[in-house]
Amino acid sequence: MKLFSWRCIRMWQRNKDVFVRLWHSEAPGAIAEPILILVAMGLGLGAYVGLVDGQPYIEFIAPGIIASYAMFSASFECTYGTFFRMEYQKTFDAIIATPLSVEDVIAGEVFWGATRSMLTGTVILAIAAAFQLVHSPWAALIPLVCFLQGVVFASIGVFYTSLVPAVYTFNYYFTLFITPMFFFSGVFFPLSSFPQIVQTLSWIIPLTPVVHLTRSLVSGNVHLGLLWVFGLVLLFAAAFFLLSLVTMRRRLVV
Amino acid sequence: MVAVIKTKDLSKRFKTVLAVDRVSLEIEEGECFGLLGPNGAGKTSLIRMVTAVSPPTEGEIWVQGRSLEQCARETKAVMGVVPQLDNLDPDLTVLQNLMTFARYFNIPKKVARQRCSDLLALLKLEDKRDSAIRELSGGMRRRLLIARGLINNPRIVILDEPTIGLDPQARHLVWHKLTELDAQGVTRILCTHNMDEAATLCDRVAIMYEGRILGLDSPAALVARHVGREVWEIQVDPEDRDRVLAWLESRCLDFEDAGTHVYVFHLDSEHALGELVGDGRRVRQRPATLEDVFFRLTGRLLVE
Repeated sequence: MKLFSWRCIRMWQRNKDVFVRLWHSEAPGAIAEPILILVAMGLGLGAYVGLVDGQPYIEFIAPGIIASYAMFSASFECTYGTFFRMEYQKTFDAIIATPLSVEDVIAGEVFWGATRSMLTGTVILAIAAAFQLVHSPWAALIPLVCFLQGVVFASIGVFYTSLVPAVYTFNYYFTLFITPMFFFSGVFFPLSSFPQIVQTLSWIIPLTPVVHLTRSLVSGNVHLGLLWVFGLVLLFAAAFFLLSLVTMRRRLVV
Repeated sequence: MVAVIKTKDLSKRFKTVLAVDRVSLEIEEGECFGLLGPNGAGKTSLIRMVTAVSPPTEGEIWVQGRSLEQCARETKAVMGVVPQLDNLDPDLTVLQNLMTFARYFNIPKKVARQRCSDLLALLKLEDKRDSAIRELSGGMRRRLLIARGLINNPRIVILDEPTIGLDPQARHLVWHKLTELDAQGVTRILCTHNMDEAATLCDRVAIMYEGRILGLDSPAALVARHVGREVWEIQVDPEDRDRVLAWLESRCLDFEDAGTHVYVFHLDSEHALGELVGDGRRVRQRPATLEDVFFRLTGRLLVE
């Protein structure tokens, strides 16, 4: 297996330049949606729900919204985005004829996806703070958590992209993987509402530890046990990142 | 002469298809090397291996004396590739395409800016520097692809059908640029279907068919060896055909039966055709070209 080099920054820069050129065509929508959800669910549904784990409902869901929309950002970037660059625009083919290797290109894609996660997460965090939903200085670490979870979801997205035959195949990814995660990782209600078996299973989906981590940082409920949770996210990141390098080489180098 | 690219028993297999079949080549420093062959002959597969984007199934490649497998990155840094398919970056403008590409080669920004201006001027794209790629005509895209392939001042330039779809003006612009590279001692590999292009530009031409190289020499030598100086074309009617073929065969002449026409090669003079001239048959004499060699070696049938 081959690893990436510092040259992956060149791919990252390419994606960053495109984003800077075209961000207005995409980014505002990506930010508006989580705000709408936060307000609609938090205030609307929250009026019926009352307190969850001793918190107002909107305060309970804010960290989960940060984590899940950070997930969405990296996921869209590194599924549809990566596929368009790879298949339709043949951007990767052009780049691997330069000193960049396939691994540099893929690492650049993943780090860019993670950067998108971080941007999205940070903007929502700022808005949540403006709503006075953030109570702890530990929340300053959230952009870093978003970047790390971005590596996880970007890598899974790239891994899936390396296998798909057609762009329609991404429907499965979102309806069978991403959307269930949105509902079963403790974003909208505590995992304790589920039967024990579902609670246990929900820890193998990568969004669960991320939501847990983000919620702890927002509320200031920080303890050493969180290192385990952090370690779990790190493990997901490393495993899927390496996997995506291998499967993408297999797809691109023929 | 020094071989700047050398391959030994190079093969590429895709599942059941053997695209390149034990090709051994030496491409000399500073020459323009033409690769001719019908679609599916294996030209692009060969080029992809030599440019380090596709690993050989078997065999070895050396570029500038170094094994390509071990020095892929260093080798790619001195190569310029102009692909057959347009893979310009549609998310970026014309200038950004070049600048971004320069960055892949780690060229400092200031140097890159200068080179971009030079190349845009050279390929007559100055007015388009801030245009989106979708606003460019097919010919402009092709010129931009060529500009992009030259951004790193490559020592080896590989062009896959560089003038396909270009109008004569643009084609001559490209030819002119390729000739300029000759003066700078840049090695060029040119994949083409355009026989004129190959005959005009290339020092040596390899004719490839079904993964193998069937002929390799200067265009003039290939023509002299496989066809002779001139070709006689005899137009034949279906009922007359057998008689003409039998006559040619009896005289042991070198000919090719192409249905409505029979081509006769390696003839010194019309007299050799004897009584075939006359009888109301239309016989035409013309200079032999690389295209005749191409057909002789790769056949006239459309195989895909």
